[in-house]
Amino acid sequence: MPPFVESAAMVSRSILEVSWVDLAWAGGLMLIAVGISHWQKLGLAQRLVIGAIRTVVQLMLVGYVLVYIFALDRWYLVGVALLGMLLVATKAAVNRQFRASRTLLMITGVAMLLASGLTLLYISTLVVRVTPWYNPQYLIPLFGMIVGSAMNAAAIAAERLASEMAARTAEIEAYLALGTTAQQASQQPVRQALRAALMPTVNGLMVVGIVTLPGMMTGQILAGASPLIAIRYQIVVAFMQAAAVAITTAIVTLWYRRTFFTSALQLKVPTHAAAA
Amino acid sequence: MALGAQPHNEAGIIQPLPSGLTAAFTLKGVRQVKDGMTVLDGIELDIPHGAITALVGRSGAGKTSLLRLLNRLDDPVSGDIVYRARAITHYPVQELRRHVGFVFQTPVMFPGTVRDNLQAALTLGGAAAPTCVLTHADAERRVAAAMALAELDGTLCDRDGDRLSGGQKQRVNIARALMTSPDVLLMDEPTSALDPETADRLMETTRRLSQEQHLTVVMVTHRLSEARRTSDMTIVLERGRVVAMGRTTDVFENTTNPRIRAFLETER
Repeated sequence: MPPFVESAAMVSRSILEVSWVDLAWAGGLMLIAVGISHWQKLGLAQRLVIGAIRTVVQLMLVGYVLVYIFALDRWYLVGVALLGMLLVATKAAVNRQFRASRTLLMITGVAMLLASGLTLLYISTLVVRVTPWYNPQYLIPLFGMIVGSAMNAAAIAAERLASEMAARTAEIEAYLALGTTAQQASQQPVRQALRAALMPTVNGLMVVGIVTLPGMMTGQILAGASPLIAIRYQIVVAFMQAAAVAITTAIVTLWYRRTFFTSALQLKVPTHAAAA
Repeated sequence: MALGAQPHNEAGIIQPLPSGLTAAFTLKGVRQVKDGMTVLDGIELDIPHGAITALVGRSGAGKTSLLRLLNRLDDPVSGDIVYRARAITHYPVQELRRHVGFVFQTPVMFPGTVRDNLQAALTLGGAAAPTCVLTHADAERRVAAAMALAELDGTLCDRDGDRLSGGQKQRVNIARALMTSPDVLLMDEPTSALDPETADRLMETTRRLSQEQHLTVVMVTHRLSEARRTSDMTIVLERGRVVAMGRTTDVFENTTNPRIRAFLETER
C-alpha cells in the first residue's frame, strides 16, 4: 500500500456534530417537499408532515434505546432487541401481502429467523469476530441490515408466488392431471418467485459503488472512518445480505408453495375451470 | 346398485348400464359444494368401461364439477366414487391420474416444443413416472405413437408449442394425456374453442381412440349434436342433479319429460 494511502487509512477525522438547530434547518428541506405537494395538489402534504414527525420521533426513540442497550451492555438485552427487530420485520413483510395469513406469518418468521440468525452467526464469529460475542455496537446494526434485506426478499417472494400460482392455475392443474408431484406442477411459479426476490440483490451487487454509495459505507465515512475500512465493511454487508436474502427466499418460497396444495395434490387457489 | 334409482323427482329416462358393459366409475350419493353453492347433489350413476359417455346440460349444471371428481382434481364433500371396484381415494393419487387422463377446455401448452410437451408426461411424476425404465429410443417411440393416435402430423414434433393452431394444441393435449397409456380420458369441452370442422375431426379421433384403444371416454360437451354423434351413453345434468341417463339414442329419442326434451332439442 503506498504511504499516502496508508496514512489516509489511519486518519480518523473528528465528526461534525449536528445540533438541534441544525436539525431544524434540515426540516426546511421537508418544507420544500410539502410545498411541491401542495403546489401540484398531490394531496400528500399531510402525510409528508406526519412522515417527517414519525421519522424524528422513531429515530429519537431508537437512539435512546440504543444508548441504553450500549450502556448496560447485557447479552439478554441485545437478544431482546434483535428479537424485537425480527418480529417487527416479519409483521411488516406479511402486512404487505394480498393473501396475508397466520400460516404465512409463521413461514416468514421462521425463514427470517433462520436466515438472519445463521448469517449473523457466520459474520460475527468468522468475519468480524465480535468481542464480546454479544457486542451491541456490531450485532444490532449488522442484524438490522440483514433483517431489512430478508424482509424485502420474503415479501417479494411470497407476493410473487401467490400471484404466479393464481395466474397459472390452468398450467398447474394440467401438470397435476398428468400425475406429477406438487413440486413439479409449481416449478414455474417457484422459479419466478425466487428470481423476483433475488433480482434486487443481484442488481445491487452489480452496481454497488458505481451507481450507489451504500448507506452504511457513507455513514462510516461521515463518522470519520477511512474509506478503505468502510468499503471492507460494505463488502461484508453486501455478501451477508446476499446470503440472508437467498436463504429467506428459498425457505419462504418452498414452504409457502406447500400451502397451495392439499394432501391429495389438489390446487387450493380458486380455479377458473371450476365454474361449469 | 346405483342405477335404477330416481335421483330427481322430475327425471327423464334413467336406464341401467346396457348389458355387456361394466362400470368404470360408480358414483353414489355424491355432493359437491363450491364457494358455498351446491353444484352437485345426490349424484348416483355408473359410467361404462370402454365406451364414450357424454355429460350434457346447461351452463352451471355441474358438468365440469362432476368431471373433475373423476381424477381427483377435486374431491366431493360427501358421497362415494368407485373406480374399477375400488374407492377412488384408495388409489395413490398420482397413479390414479396416470390411469385417468384429463383434457382441459382450453389447451395448456408447457414451455418448449411439442416433443417437450409430450415427454413431460414421461419425465415428470415422481415415483409414478416410468422414466427410470425408459430409454431415449423408447421415449421417442412413445411420442411418435401418441402423436399418431392423436392424428398429429409428425413434422410438428420440433415446433414450439405456442406456434400451433387451436386444434393442433388440443391434439397435443390429447396426445400428452395418452403418453401415460391411460384407461380413461376425461375431456372437458375439448372442442369449445374450435371451428365446427376441426371439432368434428377431433370427435372422429376420439371415437376411433375409444374403439381401437378400448379407451373409456367421459366428455363434457355443450354441443348436443356432438354428444349425439360421438357418444354411446349420455347423462343429462340439471342444476347439479342427473335428470336423464342411458344409451345416447334412447336419451335423445325417447325422453318424454317436456323440459328435458326441450333442452335436448335446442340444437335441432
